[in-house]
Amino acid sequence: MDLLTFTTNFADQFEETEISAFTPNTNYKELEEWSSLIALSIIAMIDEEYDVSIKGDDIRSAETIEDLFTIVKNRK
Amino acid sequence: MAFLSIPNVRIAGISACVPKRIEQCSDLPILSKEESLNFINTTGVVSRRVADENMCSSDLCYYAAEKMILDLGWSRDSIDCLIFVTQTPDYIIPSTSPLLQTMLNLSETCLTLDISLGCSGYVYALNVISSLISHGSIKRGLLLAGDTILKTCSPNDKSTYPLFGDAGSATAIEFIENDDSKLLFNLKSDGKGSDVIRIREGGFRNKATVDSFIMSSCSENILRNKLQLELDGMDVFTFGISKAPRCVQELLDFYDISIDSIDYFTFHQANLFMNERIRKKMKIPAEKTPNSIRDFGNTSCATIPLTMVTELRKQLLCRDLTHLICGFGVGLSWGSACFQTKNICCPDLIEI
Repeated sequence: MDLLTFTTNFADQFEETEISAFTPNTNYKELEEWSSLIALSIIAMIDEEYDVSIKGDDIRSAETIEDLFTIVKNRK
Repeated sequence: MAFLSIPNVRIAGISACVPKRIEQCSDLPILSKEESLNFINTTGVVSRRVADENMCSSDLCYYAAEKMILDLGWSRDSIDCLIFVTQTPDYIIPSTSPLLQTMLNLSETCLTLDISLGCSGYVYALNVISSLISHGSIKRGLLLAGDTILKTCSPNDKSTYPLFGDAGSATAIEFIENDDSKLLFNLKSDGKGSDVIRIREGGFRNKATVDSFIMSSCSENILRNKLQLELDGMDVFTFGISKAPRCVQELLDFYDISIDSIDYFTFHQANLFMNERIRKKMKIPAEKTPNSIRDFGNTSCATIPLTMVTELRKQLLCRDLTHLICGFGVGLSWGSACFQTKNICCPDLIEI
């Protein structure tokens, strides 16, 4: 599992935010476009690409994209 | 493993009833214009039917059942079993099914039973009633599935109120000897997720107190008290997209059924975003998954029969169909079933 690919997959769920705004250190809940609906897309992307089920609490507890990456990686 | 195969039973008819009153999601004050557009695009819910204060789940089911009995021409004393599945009963005590027995003027020899399940309720209750009738002693039964779930939602909670709608249904089941088709089931549950969709207080674990009525806000436009429904959208979503496809696939695999041999996959109408994920994951063609969520929202245990009546009525009336249904949600509880229908009775949607 690769952090940069994960970051790109993460960024793909957004429509308006510039791709340059996404790095492993991005605090995603502070992005203007962040919403509960995007959260669902992220959950679906992780289910589809990594076959891992993450919960609402995981999304809420993680701050950066890398935090979430680590959660997913540890469940694989 | 709860794989069950039930012989000698057929579905004779399906009917559904909704309140006349329509509420558009775009008219709700808790959603801004942009939010309501987003909400409609994602969940697929454009409008819902809302029961009046004095209209219960049992009333909606009563009208659906009354029409079904008349259209089938069943004599009332030939109905020996009535099962009512709901999480919005008339009373805490007594059960609602005996009340429905009386409303429908059924005989005293009729077995009645309430089942408390939500989104998975139709699949579970179909299993229970089919199992009872399969013995051959009870020849005819009614499965009434309905909820007025909006009565449990705070109108000021944008995470629940715009999503749900009210509806009732009736399914007529009959004993039929030496029929080659069987009803097949795969039923599951997981109480570890009991907090994902719940009403915290007002039961007997946490009794209602004066404090239960205090409205509190956990985020913007989510204002509710502890006697009202709450739902963790993200956890429900994770659950739905992982468990529902697996539950359907297990049933298909166990009984060696191909996706191609199924005419329609009628899924619980949770929200369109989730249902589409499930459909794509299973590689089911879109024309095989009817949806009614646009006009009725998520109507809890009534979604599957309601969708069959509103979307598949013409085919149900005149064609032999193989159905796959799947309900998933509160409990957590989920299940799938596969069965045939042959020119069944299916009255037009009833509106009261």
